[in-house]
Amino acid sequence: MGWLTTKMNSSVGQKVVMAITGLMLFGFLIVHLLGNLSFFRGPEAINGYAATLHSLGALVWVARFMLLGIFVAHLSMAIKLTISNRAARPVPYVNKIFQKTSVASRLMVITGLMILFFVLFHLNHYTLKWTYPEFNDLDGDVYRMIIMGFSQPLTALFYILAIILLGVHLYHGLPSTAQSLGIYHKKYNCAIVFLGRFFAVVIAIGYISIPLSVLFGIIK
Amino acid sequence: MDFKVHVWRQKNRNSQGKMVTYELANISEEMSFLEMLDVLNEQLIGRNEEPIAFDHDCREGICGACSAVINGVPHGPEHGTTTCQLHMRSLKGVRELFVEPFRSRAFPIIKDLVVDRSAFDRIISAGGYVSVNAGSAQDANNLPVPKEAADKSFDAATCIGCGACVAACKNASAMLFVSAKISQLALLPQGDPERDRRVSKMVKQMDEEGFGNCTNTYECEAACPKEISVENIARLNCEFLRSTFISNEE
Ligand code: HEM
Ligand code: FES
Repeated sequence: MGWLTTKMNSSVGQKVVMAITGLMLFGFLIVHLLGNLSFFRGPEAINGYAATLHSLGALVWVARFMLLGIFVAHLSMAIKLTISNRAARPVPYVNKIFQKTSVASRLMVITGLMILFFVLFHLNHYTLKWTYPEFNDLDGDVYRMIIMGFSQPLTALFYILAIILLGVHLYHGLPSTAQSLGIYHKKYNCAIVFLGRFFAVVIAIGYISIPLSVLFGIIK
Repeated sequence: MDFKVHVWRQKNRNSQGKMVTYELANISEEMSFLEMLDVLNEQLIGRNEEPIAFDHDCREGICGACSAVINGVPHGPEHGTTTCQLHMRSLKGVRELFVEPFRSRAFPIIKDLVVDRSAFDRIISAGGYVSVNAGSAQDANNLPVPKEAADKSFDAATCIGCGACVAACKNASAMLFVSAKISQLALLPQGDPERDRRVSKMVKQMDEEGFGNCTNTYECEAACPKEISVENIARLNCEFLRSTFISNEE
């Protein structure tokens, strides 16, 4: 195993870990979004979905710990790489122009930290409910919980903002994954970049649709 | 042409540098950027001031000695051009020039605009070569090379090792340079036997020199005077994965 840790501790190896864990988190986002969208099919649909998840028992915990591991790996690589990137140019330029570096790619650390903060907020909000004791009286009515939660305009706006930043993160992150894993081909590059950005936008619109529809009273 | 030129002046490795402003009049459009600096230096010498130190050698865009970040871009605003081949006519309409050294921890400043790029030499020494003597030219058909591979290898080999990729990158990453050196050999039969060892050693050396990490912004490609493609970086990543998971390398 020594060979693997040595390789994965190098700069290129750390990027490989970032790319793979990033892709896995993206997979989670898709599954989670598909589940959440059952909100639009009414209370039975989403409550049933939540009940099914909870009935999985130990399996849910396995999934949660895997997700936590992936999240921590992604985050710790991000921190390590960022520290060494900052150290690589101790004296900054007086005048520097970026010709090609996109805004999204420059914001990766900020959008990433926002996602972390959002996930913590979100876990407390809908899963642990530490500071939302009123949700505990709903008796597993996830549908009501979402409506109550997003009827608070500030909460809904915070979710929308956070998810836009998640979309910005993925807008650079998804196409970048291919490059980090050494996938580059003239015939497919356009498609890879397009699909990456397309999914970033789809994820963002998908998640935003829920707080937005509650905020505007489309779903009550 | 008249310019207000802001230049980074720094006595030596350990001293603190700062931007110093000079007024420069009657510069010809036909001059190269380095000739403009020559004119400025003559004036400085005439005033008994220390001339500006800058790197240069061939002055025809092939040696990779010249450097400098000009108005925010390594080698200046003209695409695919070294500082020595940049002409003042391509700075028409510009009144102020900002001239700074390539900035990176791995390229310590020796004086003014001159930086120590021996980190690149050490990366090459770590594995950027073919160990056995390839011998004299043999029959051309003995070692068939597909045209596409030959072209890509040649494109990668046009890298002059100037360091503009490092200077341009927001992370001061050397990945474009290292990947060009890896690609030019990995694509050819002569480089094949050592490809796994080569990528491991060169990446290790690159990390030890203190360069940053690639975040796929492609700023390096935009700044490269030889227009080396970031496809080479993907190839480096691929070679790295191969050496990790497929090769028998320990
Ligand atoms: C509008 C958008 C979102 C809604 C409505 C939403 C809704 C929910 C709900 C209701 C739960 C709790 C399920 C339960 O009660 O068992 C949950 C859990 C979770 N959500 Fe979201 N979510 C959204 C966006 C996100 C985003 C963008 C992330 C980013 C990573 C995320 C990460 C998580 C995590 C990690 C869990 C915990 C899973 C577990 O129970 O172990 N969510 N979400
Ligand atoms: S002086 Fe040789 S490339 Fe510019």
